[in-house]
Amino acid sequence: MSASLLAVQGLDVDLGTAPKTRVLHDVSLTIRPGEVVGLVGESGSGKTTLARSVLRAVDAAAGSIHIDGRDVTTLRGRALREWRRAGSVQYVFQDPLRSLDPGVRVADSVAEGLRIARIPRAEQERRVNAALAEVGLEHDLAERLPSRLSGGQRQRAAIARALVMHPRLLVLDEPVSALDAASRDRVIRSLIVLREARQTDLGMLVISHDIGSLAALSDRLVVLYRGRVVEDGPTRRVVAAPQHPYTRLLIASVPVIGIEGPDREKRAALRAAIVT
Amino acid sequence: MRLLPDNVRDGVPTEAPPQTPGIPARVPEGTPLHTPGLSAQAPSFDETPLLAPPLLAVEGLRISAADGTELVHGIDVAVRRGDSLGIVGESGSGKTLLCRAVLGILPAGIHVTGGRILIEGRDMTAATEPEWRAVRGHRVAAVFQDPASYLNPALRVGKQLEEVLRRTAGVHRRDTRGQAHDLLTQLGLRDVDRVLRQRVGELSGGMLQRVLIAMALATDPDVLIADEATTALDVTVQAEILDLLRDLRTQRRLALVLVSHDLAVVSAVCDRVQVFRDGRVIEGGATARVLRAPGHPYTRQLLSAHAEYGLERYLGSIL
Repeated sequence: MSASLLAVQGLDVDLGTAPKTRVLHDVSLTIRPGEVVGLVGESGSGKTTLARSVLRAVDAAAGSIHIDGRDVTTLRGRALREWRRAGSVQYVFQDPLRSLDPGVRVADSVAEGLRIARIPRAEQERRVNAALAEVGLEHDLAERLPSRLSGGQRQRAAIARALVMHPRLLVLDEPVSALDAASRDRVIRSLIVLREARQTDLGMLVISHDIGSLAALSDRLVVLYRGRVVEDGPTRRVVAAPQHPYTRLLIASVPVIGIEGPDREKRAALRAAIVT
Repeated sequence: MRLLPDNVRDGVPTEAPPQTPGIPARVPEGTPLHTPGLSAQAPSFDETPLLAPPLLAVEGLRISAADGTELVHGIDVAVRRGDSLGIVGESGSGKTLLCRAVLGILPAGIHVTGGRILIEGRDMTAATEPEWRAVRGHRVAAVFQDPASYLNPALRVGKQLEEVLRRTAGVHRRDTRGQAHDLLTQLGLRDVDRVLRQRVGELSGGMLQRVLIAMALATDPDVLIADEATTALDVTVQAEILDLLRDLRTQRRLALVLVSHDLAVVSAVCDRVQVFRDGRVIEGGATARVLRAPGHPYTRQLLSAHAEYGLERYLGSIL
């Protein structure tokens, strides 16, 4: 297990109070350094809850979450604050405007975490420039306000903002779901470039309801259905030869250019197979 | 009931298109391709003048903002009974402005500044609101991306559907409940009685979109426009709504106009495709032809993006 960057084992998570609802059931998942894992599931499947668990934004009812060999589910109080401040796990929202201040230049938003950590100014500038280069965002764009960037450029700025903290793990929650096709492809390409450049250290957990947007980027796909992992395997295998009925239904439901989709009877049969 | 959300165009600048080399090698001509557009009976783009007059046609349509900026630069669209036309484009391509223009609901300050809108041969270009009211929902109906925003969250869904049947379709009050039930049953909903008693917050996105489709069909329109109607849905639910739209087209002999940013979605349903970009139709024709022999670099780019980033990457050759 020590080779894993992220190792989630037997994770149960409950949300709500009296009555609690179990949202994640016995979830296990690993990410090795340099690996990109796509987490796919429909709305309500628990994928964002899993991401929030990894960030310690929600507590586990059972199970463990090891990051670089350390169980973060047991961190409390000061130890938890220090772990958070170190920033080894960084979160990228679907809407980049949640992390970019509309009133300041993009470069200043990218540098914010470094300023809070009182990193010297020259070092801040160096790390901001390096992160902007990693996501392929020209420096003159970073001099603008977020409103002067396209959706895709904003999302790449939000990724740069996460990268300046030198994280071990990036958690990207629906990073391209709100973008136009051209912007989406550009962001995916930037993430692929990042994956190739950081094969030895950085891991990524990319969450999406859209399996198509994960296909090119992910080394592995993990399929979440009603709070349970129903499939986990190399992307090509999961897409071309899905095993679980839900994964098969998911793949069968995606319109694919040039290939007639499975008919509705086949999909109905798969749906029935999930329930039983 | 709110008719439309306010955000027609989000105004966000579009990124420069990525420079993509040519699309991957294609299979030789004549290889069977399983798309609906292959059907020999399907009216091709080029044959249209020979056929019956269109239910809906726009000719050289131009749309401009209040400051004179032209947003749509002369587009031609025609659909006939039983047609299925897919319109593909990004936000800002003019596809949603087209939809709103043919429903007579362009946002304040945005006007038709050239060309004609013909609905069943009648020129609606300069129609007044009362004239539009006789057409909108009757001859041409539409469903959009976010069904919840068109329903009142405080009222039962059934009451709202009955209201549409009574006011728009002129159904007698004593018959509305039965007709609401029949409509939802025809749309493949199970447990219809329960759905009719529920409110917006208690229904899934797919259920709400079925209710909106039922409202759109209440007046038995000739043309149904679905503008990004499945975009916000889970993909398994999207597949069911696309099945439903296919069925409606054949059962009711509707002309279906399916608008989406996703070329794969429209090509799965529609015989013909038009590709919109920056307020122009840059390519149009039978779906099979557009996919197999795209004439415009932008269409080739859409196809190569699927080949490179989509499931197509793992599921065998893309055309």
